[in-house]
This record gives sequence, structure tokens and C-alpha cells, in this order.
Amino acid sequence: MTFVENLSLFVLAAFVGYEVITKIPANLHTPLMSGANAISGVTLIGSVLVAGSGATTLATVLGFLAVVMATVNVVGGYLVSHFMLRRFSRGGRE
Amino acid sequence: MPGLLAGLPDSVLSLVYLVAGVLFIHGLREMTHPRTATRGNVISSAGMALAVGVTVLWFDILSPLVLAAALLVGGAIGAWLAVTVETTEMPQLVGLFNGFGGGASVLVAGAELVDLFATADASALSVDVTAAAAIAGIIGAVTFWGSLVAAGKLHGVIGDPVRYTGEHAVKVVFLALAIAGGAFLVTQPGVFGPAALAGWIPSYWFLVLAASILGVLLVVPIGGADMPVVIALLNAYSGLAAATTGFVLDNSVLIIAGTLVGASGMILTVIMCRSMNRSLTNVLFGGFGDDGGSSGDDMADIYEGNITSTSPEEVEMLLETAERVVIVPGYGMAVGQAQHAVAELAELLEANGVEVEFGIHPVAGRMPGHMNVLLAEADVPYDWMKELEEINPTFSQTDVVIVTGANDVVNPSANEDSSSPIAGMPVLEVWEAGTVIVNKRSLSPGFSGIPNPLFTRDNTYMLFGDAKESMQTLVNEYKANH
Repeated sequence: MTFVENLSLFVLAAFVGYEVITKIPANLHTPLMSGANAISGVTLIGSVLVAGSGATTLATVLGFLAVVMATVNVVGGYLVSHFMLRRFSRGGRE
Repeated sequence: MPGLLAGLPDSVLSLVYLVAGVLFIHGLREMTHPRTATRGNVISSAGMALAVGVTVLWFDILSPLVLAAALLVGGAIGAWLAVTVETTEMPQLVGLFNGFGGGASVLVAGAELVDLFATADASALSVDVTAAAAIAGIIGAVTFWGSLVAAGKLHGVIGDPVRYTGEHAVKVVFLALAIAGGAFLVTQPGVFGPAALAGWIPSYWFLVLAASILGVLLVVPIGGADMPVVIALLNAYSGLAAATTGFVLDNSVLIIAGTLVGASGMILTVIMCRSMNRSLTNVLFGGFGDDGGSSGDDMADIYEGNITSTSPEEVEMLLETAERVVIVPGYGMAVGQAQHAVAELAELLEANGVEVEFGIHPVAGRMPGHMNVLLAEADVPYDWMKELEEINPTFSQTDVVIVTGANDVVNPSANEDSSSPIAGMPVLEVWEAGTVIVNKRSLSPGFSGIPNPLFTRDNTYMLFGDAKESMQTLVNEYKANH
């Protein structure tokens, strides 16, 4: 893809993100943050590519560390969010 | 070995990434309500599994063992942290995870540069790629080190804010160094250092080093109650770092997901700043109360002879006749781990026919939504927790307000004294209620360092003591009479 196509994705995703996230209530801001955090661990894809196909030892070592960090972020972020949200999903007085 | 799915046309990979992006967006949409939010989180994680899974199966993985080992180690650490964390340690854990996202972006962009340089030569590094790598490196390194410092502060490992003369100039120097490294990387990758090290792309690591120092310097001067802003901003950065990495790797799902996170973090940052009526620049570079503020003597003056203290027994009697009670928690409740006692009190009152709600200020605590998470952990139903705009109009019909561990967010000076450092900050107007009980250990000022005239009001009674102890005594008193 060209730079301009990538840029288009970036701009459109920013608008979608704005629309969706402004509707999330303050109650859920912490789980939102850790869930969003997990999503930002999507760099894991990039890490997988460089760790798995590194042509040099240096690239492989860097890739290995990147995969570890990104996986901590993804697994930890989703789990923490999940535990918090389960607490919220009970309740409701009506 | 070639990837298992390597025979398929390239558009299939792009389509799967598109599906993953849609799952992320749909997952976030489900988070707009507490009832569907858990499902939303699962949907979002399914999107992640799909994106990562297809990547692993699609490409040539030269060293599958290395990859599997890294996934196992990372997954185990992440799961262990998530399972063992105490709710009170949540702010620093969220901060730490932010940092890891940024750190991963730094390493990916670096490894990609090293790889491109080794497989082709410096000419393979187009301006698009090197410029994006430079940005990913700077944002990622600032995020990683900034988050580590923030998490250290929240955990109490790193002490008070450090301020020194000329600090802004020092920050500008390191930012300039990082940008200079980036300019070198874009114009002549591989140069900048001994020729033998060219394959390491020294200019990239130079800019990462400068940005790392910058990250530390940016967060070190920031104090505790400004942490919600910092955590939200670092959250935005970790997303932006992922998005720029997407530009380096020419990968659509990285751009979509990273941008969503960037937007989320920016929105939270703006909400936090507005809730303190301060600009982002002021939070990041201003420090609080630099312009003096009131001295301890002033406080003694306004409090002298105007404070009425009370006891749990008296508060219990007030609650006997109350029809509507609002509880306002602050950071003190988190520090004292009083949320269970507070929740028990709320349940008791509710069981005896009293209407109970919680008034939660957006910046109460150390991260966005901090109080809500603590109360949810103590099984307080989510619809008892009200935001500032919802709860403020109800105070005039409220018989008793119990403020526990909060100070600046209930300071009437914000509305009434235009010369106050917190003038214009939206506050919970608790003084409109019949009686206000303020549970606090002493009359010491909050983060803003200014006195709180609320304590001197005729309808305010001070319940001095530790949050947990006071609330537990109150619960016991109430139980004894019912």
C-alpha cells in the first residue's frame, strides 16, 4: 500500500475511534484503558514477523524481546479488563 | 518452511486483517454499556487472536521455536500479572502495560531496520520506512520509560516530583537530539558511527536513547493527583507508537488498531484535563501551585474556631432520619482500602429504605475510572455510581453527604473564589446537601495545597480518622441499631 492509503486508514480510524469511545461511560474508563492497551499490543503482529523471519541474529533477538513485551501487553491487558468487567456486569438496581 | 497459508492470494491476508479491525471496533462499541462490556472485551480479544494467528500461519517463520518460546514467556508473564494484581495496584499495572506496548514498538521498528539493511543494503531503506521508524522509535521510547517512571511513582518506589531550574531547556535538548538522530536515519541510514556497526543502524539507537531520557524527564516532575492525565496520555502514545509501526511495516491492522487506541487515550486525556480546568501543557509542564498558593498559617486562620468535629455515633443518628444519602469517595478511600466498608454501609442503608448513590469526580484517584473499579470490586452496582453532571443537581435534595478521602474535588473555592488556583474546576457541590460529613485523617490540604472552606461551613461536620476504620465503626454502629 502507498503512504497515502495508509494515511487514509489512519485518519478514518481516528474518526471512528472518536465516535465510539466518547460514548463509553466514565464507569468503564479503567477497563477501557486496559482493553485499549491490549489492542495496542497489536504490535505483536509486527513482532511476530521480525522474530520469526529475522535474517540476522540481532534482528531475531530484538524480535524475541518484542514478542515477549507485546504478548505481556495483549494477554495481561485483556485478562485484567475481563476481571474488572465481570465485576461491573453484575449489579443494576432495577 | 513456507507459511501454511502461503498459497492463497495476498488479498486474503488483507481481508482477514480487515475482519480483525472490525472486531476491534465492534468490541469497543459493546463497551458502551456495563452489561455488554464483557462480551465486547471478548470480541476484541478474538480479533487479536485472528490477526496474530493468520500472521503466524501466513509468513515464512524461519525460527518457529524462538517465536513459540517468546509467545509462551510473554503470555505467562501477562497472565500471572493479571491474576495476582490487587485492585489497589491497578493504576501501576495499567501504566506498566502501556509501557510494554511502547517498548515492543521500539524493538519492532529497530529489528525491521536491521533486517532490511542486512537483506538488501542501505538503499532499501526508503524515506517512508525510515521516517516512520524514527517516529515509532521516539514515541515508543518515551512511552516505555515514561510509563516505567509513572508506574514506579504509583507503586511508591519513586518519590516526590523532582523539579529543577532549566528543566524545560534540558527536555528540549533531548528532544532535539532525538530528532537529529531521526534526521540522520532518514538521510543517511547506516552512517553515524563506525562503519563496522553500520548494520546495527546506530542512528536509530541513538534517537531511542535520547527519547528514553526524554521520557524519564517528562514524567519525573509530575505529582500524584496529575497521574490520571499522564496515564491516559501514555495510553494514547502506546497506540500512536503501534500505528506508526504499522506505517513502517505497511500493515493495515496495526494502523487501525493503533489509531483506535490513540483516539481513546486522547479522549480520556482531554476529559481528565477538563475535569481539572487545566490545559494539557499546564499539567505536563506547569507543575501545580508554582505561583505560591496559601501558606499553612492561612489555613490555620480560616479553620480556627470554625471546625465542628463529630463521632461515628452522631453520624449514625443522622443516617437514621436520612432518606437520601450520597457518598463521595476520593483517593483516600483507595489508599485506606476502605471500599469494602463503604460498600457495606451503602448496602445497609439501601436495605433500610434509604436511597444511596455515589458521586464520583472524574479525576478522583490515580487513573480514569479508578473509584468505579474499586467500588465495583466491592460489589457496588454500577447504576449507583453517578458522574459529576448527574449528581450535582441532586445534592439539594440529599439529606446527608459522606465525603471519604476526597478534598480538592469538593472545594467550594473552585466556584466562589476566582483567585483560587482551582478556580473554574468542576467540583461536586456537596455543600448544597442538608448535612455534609467529611471523613479525613486531618485538616491537611489536598494535592492543590490550598485550604478547603467546605470544612468550615455550618452544615459540615468533620469525622476525623482513617477511612477504613471510620467507615467500619459507622457500619458497626448502624448494625447495632437495626
